[in-house]
Amino acid sequence: MKQFTLVIIACFGLFLMQPAHSTLEIVITEGTDSARPVAVVPFHWFGEGESPYDFTEVVSADLLRSGRFKPVALSELPGLPSSDADITDYSAWARLGVEAVLVGTVDEFAPGRYEVTYQVIDPLRGQITGGLSSYLQDEDLAFEQDHILDSRTSVVLDTQFRQYAHRISDVVYEALTGERGAFLTRIAYVFVDPDADLPYQLMVADYDGENERVLLRSPQPIMSPSWSPDGSQLAYVSFENRRAEIFTQDIYTTQREKLTSFPGINGSPAWSPDGKKMAMVLSKDGAPDIYVMDLESKRLQKITNHWRIDTEPSWTPDSNTLVFTSERGGRPQLYRVDLDTAKVRRLTFNGEANLGGTVSPDGRSLVVVNQTNGRFHIARQDFPTGNFQELTQTSLDESPSVAPNGSMIIYSTTYQNRQVLALVSMDGRFQARLPSREGQVKSPAWSPFL
Amino acid sequence: MQHKTVMKGVILSASMLFLAACSSTSDESTVDERRSAEAGSQQSIGSGATESERRRGVETGAADRVLTPEEERAQAREERQQRYADLRQEQTLYFDFDDASIRGEFAELLAAHADYLTRNPSVTVVIEGHTDERGTPEYNIALGERRAKSVVDYLQSLGVSSRQMSVVSYGEERPVVRQSNERAWAQNRRAILVY
Repeated sequence: MKQFTLVIIACFGLFLMQPAHSTLEIVITEGTDSARPVAVVPFHWFGEGESPYDFTEVVSADLLRSGRFKPVALSELPGLPSSDADITDYSAWARLGVEAVLVGTVDEFAPGRYEVTYQVIDPLRGQITGGLSSYLQDEDLAFEQDHILDSRTSVVLDTQFRQYAHRISDVVYEALTGERGAFLTRIAYVFVDPDADLPYQLMVADYDGENERVLLRSPQPIMSPSWSPDGSQLAYVSFENRRAEIFTQDIYTTQREKLTSFPGINGSPAWSPDGKKMAMVLSKDGAPDIYVMDLESKRLQKITNHWRIDTEPSWTPDSNTLVFTSERGGRPQLYRVDLDTAKVRRLTFNGEANLGGTVSPDGRSLVVVNQTNGRFHIARQDFPTGNFQELTQTSLDESPSVAPNGSMIIYSTTYQNRQVLALVSMDGRFQARLPSREGQVKSPAWSPFL
Repeated sequence: MQHKTVMKGVILSASMLFLAACSSTSDESTVDERRSAEAGSQQSIGSGATESERRRGVETGAADRVLTPEEERAQAREERQQRYADLRQEQTLYFDFDDASIRGEFAELLAAHADYLTRNPSVTVVIEGHTDERGTPEYNIALGERRAKSVVDYLQSLGVSSRQMSVVSYGEERPVVRQSNERAWAQNRRAILVY
């Protein structure tokens, strides 16, 4: 297994290399053996010299990182077609075992603008129909190319090549899985460089670690970034005034607003899926309790009231229920509270404790930090079956955040005495590390679809 | 020949260093020890009297002074103040894993701070709560606050006004030792009194 992983890393090392400015890179550690092979053929460039951008490099890396697919090495491909019309023998591609073939072309449209055309082809279907399937329609014989799963043409600005490459990945992923791709998403996280003047930094980067930007640098800790459902704002906790306070910040305009500054804990902000409310933890009345603030009126509603710790609120997709961590049963466990009836029900029972719960976008599973035998791992519990599965084997795992398509979890873990981010697929098969060259990286939050 | 004098010099200065070292250790000894040492030196003056005194054949001695109860109390108070001042230099107390109860070994440390705060009601203190990295950051913020609050409760029981104290929990965000082992964790599970 390990050897196999190494080979894969070597093969795709090219794709995974990042320019020097980015802090994160991705090392896949587990799960490439269960991925399905696909063929990603470099797009044909009609112009002179080198192609202005290598779209398929980005697409291959995206598909590999999804944990679902394994792009076949270029040397194994039976040819380098640029469109379906170039493929004469579908069986050669079918024999390769690939589920799909991505082909395409790039042509100069105007200065700085390029026309990109691509097709996603199912070689097995192509083998059966010979590239043209016939059926009867109104007693006439009609033909269609149903082996072409998707086909698109766009004019792309040269400044948006990378973004467009992620869009292609989304199309391929959706054509093959029936589920929306999450390649055009971002992650927010906290970077800590203890030696820097301003050691605590709130960062935003593309989901793959590219285009990293600093949103806030501070001499004091920053915690708990949470995305607004439209992906334009972050809520977070900052200790810049030597106390915990909740802020919101527009990630494009840098405009900030201080939301709360009560005595004691102001923590764990979580934007409701409808964007109207913010769940949070306040300890102004003594013990930490869950509150919901109406963002327009700023009115606070106390949701839980218990003398022991209640924290880590997470919304269900319908905005009617919160899942939270509570010590009311002795050790921290997850509970859910109905916001209309205030009824509380315990959800988790496995191991010594369960914390940091987050509900998957389809509302069908709960991702938690499970403590068993003193070790902290990411686990998934399904509704309503109660099926419980431990997903990670890394150490001191915390802060799980689920991709908006529910395919992947990003979390914080400790590797070689440093906090790093890591990825695990929802079924636990695919695992990767995102090591940072320096400092500590923590509190990841996966953005909604952008 | 010159060699020998140099050697003598070295030995002399070495022994002086040794003496200096001895006397410096007695500086660190408690006040009680210092007092008995002083008494001892008085006696030695008696026995090792000067040449002129010996010629006259008279020796003088001194008895220990008897302190009035008031003086005794004042002295004890002074000693305690000194000890408390020393203790107050220490502002950090440590906790067991996932626990916020004050360990017995920190009782005197907190007594020293309480004494200072009750005698100086205008002084305020911020009590910071910290945790090790195990558990989630949000839970650790709550645990850090519980630690800081248990220090507040303890100081309040010693007569410190709640108006003088405020609490901030940094959870696992500001470790003193950025490592993942028992030793580092033990040093990071702490509360700090910040004046």
